[in-house]
Amino acid sequence: MTANILAAGAAFVTFFFVFYLLRKGALREKYAVLWLFFSGAALFFAVFPQALVWFSHLIGVAEPVNLLFFFTVVLLVLVAVQLSYELSRHEMRIRRLAEEVALLRDEIAHMKRPTDGD
Amino acid sequence: MPSNGLPLVPVVTQKVLIAIPAWNEQGSIASVVNSVRAKRPDADVLVVNDGSSDSTAIESERAGARVVSLPFNVGVGGAMRTAFLYAQREGYEALVQVDADGQHDPADLNKLIDGLSNADVVVGTRFHPNSQYFVGGPRRWAMVLLSKSLSWMNKGMISDPTSGFRSAGPKAIELFSVQYPADYLGDTVGSLAIAIRNGLTINEAPVTMYFRQFGRPSKNALWSALYLGRASLAIIATGLRGSKTPREDSA
Repeated sequence: MTANILAAGAAFVTFFFVFYLLRKGALREKYAVLWLFFSGAALFFAVFPQALVWFSHLIGVAEPVNLLFFFTVVLLVLVAVQLSYELSRHEMRIRRLAEEVALLRDEIAHMKRPTDGD
Repeated sequence: MPSNGLPLVPVVTQKVLIAIPAWNEQGSIASVVNSVRAKRPDADVLVVNDGSSDSTAIESERAGARVVSLPFNVGVGGAMRTAFLYAQREGYEALVQVDADGQHDPADLNKLIDGLSNADVVVGTRFHPNSQYFVGGPRRWAMVLLSKSLSWMNKGMISDPTSGFRSAGPKAIELFSVQYPADYLGDTVGSLAIAIRNGLTINEAPVTMYFRQFGRPSKNALWSALYLGRASLAIIATGLRGSKTPREDSA
């Protein structure tokens, strides 16, 4: 029972922390949605553990807690892949901007002293 | 497209850009710029200063090169794309890439530029009967494997795909200004894969390469393995990607 209270508490805190960040505008919706869903589901199963037992029987998992772990791992992997994807995109964009900055800086330098241009 | 309509005019002077990516090469850059300018006085020399913390930019400018400075280090691939972007916007018809460390012999510049009359990309190869260049061990195996797979893709020999001494014509400049691999160690091989994928013709010309004047030659088994891995990944990724889609990779 105490384990349930602990889990519910953790999920509750997470849910409202994400919500708070979202309201503050510090977290974009596309990331917030996943975390809200994640912590919402955790909260649900912490409050109604029977739902997890019922669900694991339905899909034939003997130990309900294994189902929980499985879904947790899958979700975390998905989040990690999403973040790598976003990071790669940003690296490419930053590089593009660096190239543009270099060319613009060169153009400006040659505008300032047109006699130097060859 | 500034080069449009050009074939109508008899090409007397070709607009040539010699691009030198440089990262902390203050010891060698001036002599490289000078020797290149002496060999091809008609060409413009562009040094892409890849976030150097030394006086590479000043030395290059003093030697008479145009200098474009990246705000931080992006690697040879990123520096080269900057050069291609510059060439494309300024309407150059040929771009020759030369290393900043003095490995490349400017005497070969003409070969690379003239070779563009019947190819879109000309790669200077270190492997020919008169070459004194020799590699052995894992580094050699890696190079042979890369050469074999690229030659097969190209349906024509590319004996030295990792060579950084090469030239590009108008079509290649257009392509590489949009799409050029920026991953560490993947740029030389990766750019050839992209060129083949987009139907460009690639030729090679025998060139001379000296040992590095400055800096550290990086050759050991681990390096070769890393190089091979990176390059293979670049080839596979390019192969899987649809052809003829000039993918703006920042989109």
